[in-house]
Amino acid sequence: MVNVKINNIPVSVEEGSTILEAAKKVGVEIPTLCYHEDQSVKANCRICLVEVKGAKGLVTACSTKVTEGMEIYTNTKKARDARKTVLELILASHPMDCLKCIRNQKCELQKYAAEFFIEELPFEITYQMIEKDESSPAIVKDLSKCIKCGRCVEVCQSIQTVGAIAYSHRSDEYRIATLFELPLYETVCVHCGQCSLACPVGAIYEKSEIEKVWRALGDPEMHVIVQTAPAVRVSIGEEFGLEPGSIVTGKMVTALKMLGFDKVFDTDFTADLTIIEEGNEFLQRLEKGGPFPMFTSCSPGWINFVERFYPEFIHNLSTCKSPQQMFGALAKTYYAEKIGIPKEKIFVVSIMPCTAKKYEAAREEMKSSGVRDVDVVLTTRELARMIRESGIDLKKLPESEYDLPFGITSGAGVIFGASGGVMEAAIRTVYEIVTKKELQKLDFKDVRGLEGIKEATVNINGLSIKVAVVNSLGKARELLEKIKKGEADYHFVEVMCCPGGCIGGGGQPIGTVNRVRQERIEAIYEVDRNMPIRQSHKNPVIWTLYEEFLGEPLSEKSHNLLHIGTVH
Amino acid sequence: MQKTLNIITENVGQIRPDSVDEYIKIGGFEALKKAITMHPLEVIEEIKKSKLQGRGGAAYPTGIKWEQAYYVDKNPKYIICNADEGEPGTFKDKVILDYLPLRLIEGMTIAAYILKSPKGFIYIRGEYPESQRIVSSAIKEAEKMGYLGDDILGTGFSFHIEVLSGAGAYVCGENSALVESSEGKSGRPRIKPPFIKNSGYLGMPTLVNNVETFACVPYIVKEGGEKFAGYGTEFSGGTKLVCLSGNVKNRGVYEVPFGTTLRELIYDIGGGLPEGRKLKFVQLGGSSGPCIPESMLDIKICYKDLKVKGLTLGSGAILVVDDSNCIIDFLKCITEFFYHESCGKCTPCREGNKQLLALVNKFINGSATYNDLETIKKVGQIMKEAAFCGLGETAATAHLSLIKYFEEEFVEHINKKCRANICNFGGDKDGKR
Repeated sequence: MVNVKINNIPVSVEEGSTILEAAKKVGVEIPTLCYHEDQSVKANCRICLVEVKGAKGLVTACSTKVTEGMEIYTNTKKARDARKTVLELILASHPMDCLKCIRNQKCELQKYAAEFFIEELPFEITYQMIEKDESSPAIVKDLSKCIKCGRCVEVCQSIQTVGAIAYSHRSDEYRIATLFELPLYETVCVHCGQCSLACPVGAIYEKSEIEKVWRALGDPEMHVIVQTAPAVRVSIGEEFGLEPGSIVTGKMVTALKMLGFDKVFDTDFTADLTIIEEGNEFLQRLEKGGPFPMFTSCSPGWINFVERFYPEFIHNLSTCKSPQQMFGALAKTYYAEKIGIPKEKIFVVSIMPCTAKKYEAAREEMKSSGVRDVDVVLTTRELARMIRESGIDLKKLPESEYDLPFGITSGAGVIFGASGGVMEAAIRTVYEIVTKKELQKLDFKDVRGLEGIKEATVNINGLSIKVAVVNSLGKARELLEKIKKGEADYHFVEVMCCPGGCIGGGGQPIGTVNRVRQERIEAIYEVDRNMPIRQSHKNPVIWTLYEEFLGEPLSEKSHNLLHIGTVH
Repeated sequence: MQKTLNIITENVGQIRPDSVDEYIKIGGFEALKKAITMHPLEVIEEIKKSKLQGRGGAAYPTGIKWEQAYYVDKNPKYIICNADEGEPGTFKDKVILDYLPLRLIEGMTIAAYILKSPKGFIYIRGEYPESQRIVSSAIKEAEKMGYLGDDILGTGFSFHIEVLSGAGAYVCGENSALVESSEGKSGRPRIKPPFIKNSGYLGMPTLVNNVETFACVPYIVKEGGEKFAGYGTEFSGGTKLVCLSGNVKNRGVYEVPFGTTLRELIYDIGGGLPEGRKLKFVQLGGSSGPCIPESMLDIKICYKDLKVKGLTLGSGAILVVDDSNCIIDFLKCITEFFYHESCGKCTPCREGNKQLLALVNKFINGSATYNDLETIKKVGQIMKEAAFCGLGETAATAHLSLIKYFEEEFVEHINKKCRANICNFGGDKDGKR
C-alpha cells in the first residue's frame, strides 16, 4: 500500500494506483474524457490536471501513479483554472447543439460543461461541420462532435481487432477516420457498435429506426409484434435509473404493451429452437466427421468478422440463423398462418442489445418468406427512448407476461444473453438427447463469465467433446489463429462478438463497462435459476411447433426458414 | 581567446565525406579502436567526465543516459540517431551528416559496442534527401572496410546501421514520436512511462541521441573526457554547434566553446547586424525557444546559466531579429508553423495552436482587444503546463516571452499601430502588404 494525501486528507491506496483512483477513494471525482476504465491510459484530453507538491507544472491524474508520501491537490485555483481552460478549448471546437444531440443528458462533455458552468467561451468557435457518415445500417459517425479522445479507436483496434477506424491527419485536421475515408459501410467494420458505447459524446451512435416503428404502430392495418432479446431484460432498467443487473422482464413487457405492440414475444423462444436445430446439426457433424470446430452463428458481429477476416472458416459456422432471424421467419409463416393475417401485414420489431442486428436483419438472405424476416431492429437504447417519449416510467410499471405462443421459454434460452450461455444451453440439451439420461447438474460454470477464452471438455457417452467459449473479436482472432496453426482442436466453439456477450452489446445502455457487464451476467443467471423450465428441449411449445409446422429438426422446412447457405 | 573551435567539426570540407581512407587519415576510427579495448563502463566514465549533454535540445547528461541504457536488462537494444533536425533555424546536424558522416557512424558504433546493440538507425528528416544519400554511402563504405557491419575490426561484434526517413513531420524530432515513425507508424508521441530507454523501438530498450551528441563521442573517447570538458564551462562540457541566422552579417554554423556570450557570438563571430539596423530581440533554440531582448545578450551559452534565467539553448539555433520586424508579424509565422505541425493528439496543443493563430491574426487585422492579450497568455500557459509532449509545451514559448519583454507592442497593435509598419490592420493603405 502507498500512503498519499489528497487535498490534505490521508489515504492509503494499492501500489500502482493512479492519482485518479486515489482521489476517487476519498470521494473526489476528477474530470476525465479520454479515460475509460476498461482501456489503456491515453492522457490526451488533459482535462484531469491536478497539482502535485514538488512536481514541475501540472500532472494528469489518469496517467500519474501515486508514490509514497505524495501530496496531491485537486482543487487549487491553478488546477481548477487549468481544467476549465482545457474544457473551454474542447468546447470551442464542439458544436454545442446539445438539445438535438442523441446523447443529450448522457454526454460526458455536457456533464462537465454543466458542472463548470461555462457561461461564455473566451475562445473563437472553431468547430467544423462535417457531413455525417450514415452509410451503415447500424452506426452513424458524426465527426463534427468528435473530441478525439481515442476511446472508439482503442475498442475497435485493440479489443475487437477490427481496425475499421484509426487516427489520421494532424493538428486541426486530426480525426478518427476509416481507410481512405471510405464510408463505414464499405470498410471492414462489423457494425458491433462497441465504438458507440465507448464514445463519451455523440460522435458515434446507433442509427435510430424509432420513427419506422411509431409509423407501424400508428397504422391500423398492421399487426405489429415485438420480440425481446434475452440480454435486454437485465439492462434496460439502467436507462430508468435502476442499478445495473436489475431484472425488469415483466415491466418491460408492460411497457411494450403500453407502447401499442399487438403481441409481445420473447426471442428466448427461438433461442430454444436454435438449440434444437444447432444441437442436431452438431450431432450430424459428429456423425459425418465435421467440419470442426463448429462455430455458433447467433452473433451477427461475429458472422461479419468471419466473412471479412476469416472467410476460410465460413463452412465451420453453424448454418442456423440467429434466434432473431428465426423468430422473424416463423412470425411471417407459421404465426401468420395461425392467426390468419397475411405476412405483408405483419410487422416484426426486435429489441436487441446489438447494433449488428440491424445489419443482419437487412441482409438479402434474411427474407425466407419472401419479405424481410425482421422489419426493424431497435437497440435497448432506442426502446428506452420510445418509453421515455411516451412518458412511461418503467420502474413504476406493474409486471406482465409475454404473449403466447412465443412467450413460453426456458432458462437455456435466456442465458444466450451472456458469454457461455449458448454453449451451456447446448450442453444441457445435447447431453440428454445423446445419453437419454437426465443431467444431474444443469450449471456449467466453467464456460461462464467475462474471461475472453474459456475451455471445457464434456464427456458424452464416452466421447470427449472439446468446447471453447470466446467473447470479443480480439479473443476470437486469437483462437482462430491457434486453430489455423493446428494448436487447438475443438469440436464446438461459441463466439460472441462483444465483451461479455450480448449483455455487453453495442446497443446496450451508455455506461456499459465491464463492471456493469458483470452485474448483468449475474442477473441473467438469476433469471435462468428461477425459470420452471431450464432446458430447451423441455420447452413444450417447441415440440408443438415441430408437430404443427416444421416436422422435425433439420427438416426441409427448417432448412428453408431457419438456416442459411449450404447444409453439411 | 579563440572565438570558434574545431573539435567536432575538424576537417569539415577537407575530406570526401564517405571516404573511409580519408577519414582514417584525419584520425578517424581511432576512438573506435580504442573503445573496443576498454570496458564499456570505462567508456561511459569518460563520457561522464566530458560533461557532454544531449545536443538535441533536452540537454540530458549523455554519460548517465548511456549508463542507464547499459544497465537495462533486456535485449536486443537499439540505437537511434535523431537526425530529424526539424527545428526552424537549425541546420547544424546537416553539417555533420553532409561533411563528416563517418564521425557520426563512429560515435554510434561505440555506443553499440557498449550496449551490444546489433542494429542502429539514423532517422534523417525527409527534407534532407542529399544527406540521406551521403550517409547511406558512408555506411556502405564503413561496412566494406570492416568498421561497421559484421565482425567489426575482428572483434566478433556486429552492428548494422540503416538510414530511415520520415515524411517531414516536426513532431518526429520528439524521441518517442521518432521511434513510432521508425516503426512505420504515424509520428505521434507515446505516453511515458514506459520510457524509450526501456521500451522503445519494437518495445525494446532504445538509446536515442542527436547527431551532434554522437559526433562528440569519438573525440571524448580518443582524447579523454576531461580534455573535452575543459573547453566548456564548469557545468557544460565541450563545444556547441550553433546556427546563427536572421538579421546578422555572417550567418552560418559555428562551433563555439560553452561560455561564449550571445553578444560575442552575434557581434564578434557573426559580424553584427547589417548597417543601420538595431537589434530587437534574439530567439534562442528555434521557433520553440524564447525571445530575449538586447539587454540580455551578455548571458553565456551554458546550460546552467541559461536555466537560471529560465531559458534554454534548445538545439542551438540563434535567430537575430532587428527593428525592421514586427513582433506580431514574427509571431504569426511561428504560430502558423506550430498550427501546421501539431500532431493533433492532445487538446492543449491541437486546440491551443488553433486559438493562438486566431488571436495573433486579430492583432494583425486590428480587431484585438486587451482581453485577447490575456487570452494569449491563458492559452500559452495551458499549453506550457498541460500539453502531452515537448512540441505543445514549447509552441507558445515565443508568445509568452514576447509578451513578457515587448507587451507595449501588443498594446500598440490593439490601438492599430505597428511600429515596424508591417501590419496593415485590415487593408490600411499605409501598410506594406
